Amino acid sequence: MINIGEVFETNKMIEQENLDVRTITLGISLLDCADGDLEKVNEKIYDKITTVAKDLLKVGQEIEREYGIPIVNKRISVTPISIVGACACHSPEDFITIAKTLDKAAKAVGVNFIGGYSALVPKGMTKSDKNLILSIPRALAETERVCSSVNVGSTKAGINMDAVRLLGDIILDAAELTKEKDSLGCAKLVVFCNAPDDNPFMAGAFHGVTESDAVVNVGVSGPGVVKTALEEVRGADFGALCETVKKTAFKITRVGQLVAQEASKRLNIPFGIIDLSLAPTPAIGDSIAEIFEVMGLERAGAPGTTAALALLNDQVKKGGVMASSYVGGLSGAFIPVSEDQGMIDAVKEGALTLEKLEAMTCVCSVGLDMIAIPGDTKASSIAGLIADEMAIGMVNQKTTAVRVIPVIGKTVGDTAEFGGLLGYAPIMPVNPFGCGDFVNRGGRIPAPIHSFKN
Amino acid sequence: MKKTIITVVGKDSVGIIARVCTYLAENSINILDISQTIVSGYFNMMMIVDGNKAEKEFHIWAEELEKMGEVLSCTVKVQHEDIFNKMHRI
Repeated sequence: MINIGEVFETNKMIEQENLDVRTITLGISLLDCADGDLEKVNEKIYDKITTVAKDLLKVGQEIEREYGIPIVNKRISVTPISIVGACACHSPEDFITIAKTLDKAAKAVGVNFIGGYSALVPKGMTKSDKNLILSIPRALAETERVCSSVNVGSTKAGINMDAVRLLGDIILDAAELTKEKDSLGCAKLVVFCNAPDDNPFMAGAFHGVTESDAVVNVGVSGPGVVKTALEEVRGADFGALCETVKKTAFKITRVGQLVAQEASKRLNIPFGIIDLSLAPTPAIGDSIAEIFEVMGLERAGAPGTTAALALLNDQVKKGGVMASSYVGGLSGAFIPVSEDQGMIDAVKEGALTLEKLEAMTCVCSVGLDMIAIPGDTKASSIAGLIADEMAIGMVNQKTTAVRVIPVIGKTVGDTAEFGGLLGYAPIMPVNPFGCGDFVNRGGRIPAPIHSFKN
Repeated sequence: MKKTIITVVGKDSVGIIARVCTYLAENSINILDISQTIVSGYFNMMMIVDGNKAEKEFHIWAEELEKMGEVLSCTVKVQHEDIFNKMHRI
């Protein structure tokens, strides 16, 4: 039988160390909503989402109540809209009507974000993909809860440099259209290489075409719990450090697994995966950077940070895999700047630079995430940043992503405020040397030699 | 049988266990196990109970107990035991 020490250990994690389940994300296939008539497509999408997800919020709240574990977000991901709308949408404006329908459906069922306003173009863009990408800035400015992502590269297909170049402009346009809110639109747009089909985390979540009709995916969290556990092993060797992370990750993930199974049972929708993640928030103590500090680095960004992140990421996976029957999504430690107080402090003090963050993305779970850059950054430089990040993902067979926010009207030394879980961020300098002639070449970068495994 | 864990944490005073137990008895909730310690003047109690015969729904008696905690200047939490079993048992 469970003993008093174990009960209080769990409750201490929840009450003092910010243990929570970060998200229950309901993936919904909209493939059966495709139609030649745009009005019908919108109608079908609204009906399907509001039917399948009608109990999502209620079930989430019931689970929170019964187990005493906060479930921070309840969200929805859908089939990439460039596929769903391909038949009916002949212009970017047509796609915007679908974005508005998604926003309306998200509000109707009470979720704070809906992901899947997406296109998958690692090898090439269809007319529909291109129209969707062109519509992204307006779609993000004119909706509140819609999140967008574009997969522009993969280890198997290479990098679509036409799409990369185009997204440099799209990100700037999205920034311009939401400049009143510190270019918040860009916080809802992720550019991916090797995007997973089952990612529950926003803004990059979408419901891949390889998935079933509906599926429950869960993203766990708990940087604060790992940090507290590591405080007990200060000065111990790497073996002890890794063991501690692994055991803690196991405990955190087990809670996610329980929540996922309960949600799946109550919604009568199959369980998909647990995303084994350490997702920070701006709350004090809920920070990846603070884990580095407990590990022995003065600040995130100091020499040794990449090694610290690599071992953290790996041990989280090793502990988490045993705790769950199916794992997937992004899995690992997130390093968003604006959502992590320790990262923000490191940037302010000059310890953490964009280049160091790029190095860290070689071993973290995603990529350059929630980084505010000057609003006058050139579109070609943003495309160059994306190309670099995509190359890291392609060559290392991992997911990488770029979510940068060129904050219009602000520059290095200023701070961008996004609010809520998205936090705030000091504007970071971007290398001022140009890359226009490189990114403007057009075409695609071929897949690396080690992708030919057949 | 789904069991529920009740935890009570707060400053020690006379009658905390009595008040909680009386409420449970009045609501047909059976106590299976109690452990209790005092750490530097603070009262830590854990009860394992079976609430399957309770007439009130889980969320109602759970909330009433948590409110009782406020009166006793304690923090009362009511949780299904699975969260602890899953976390601490393979």
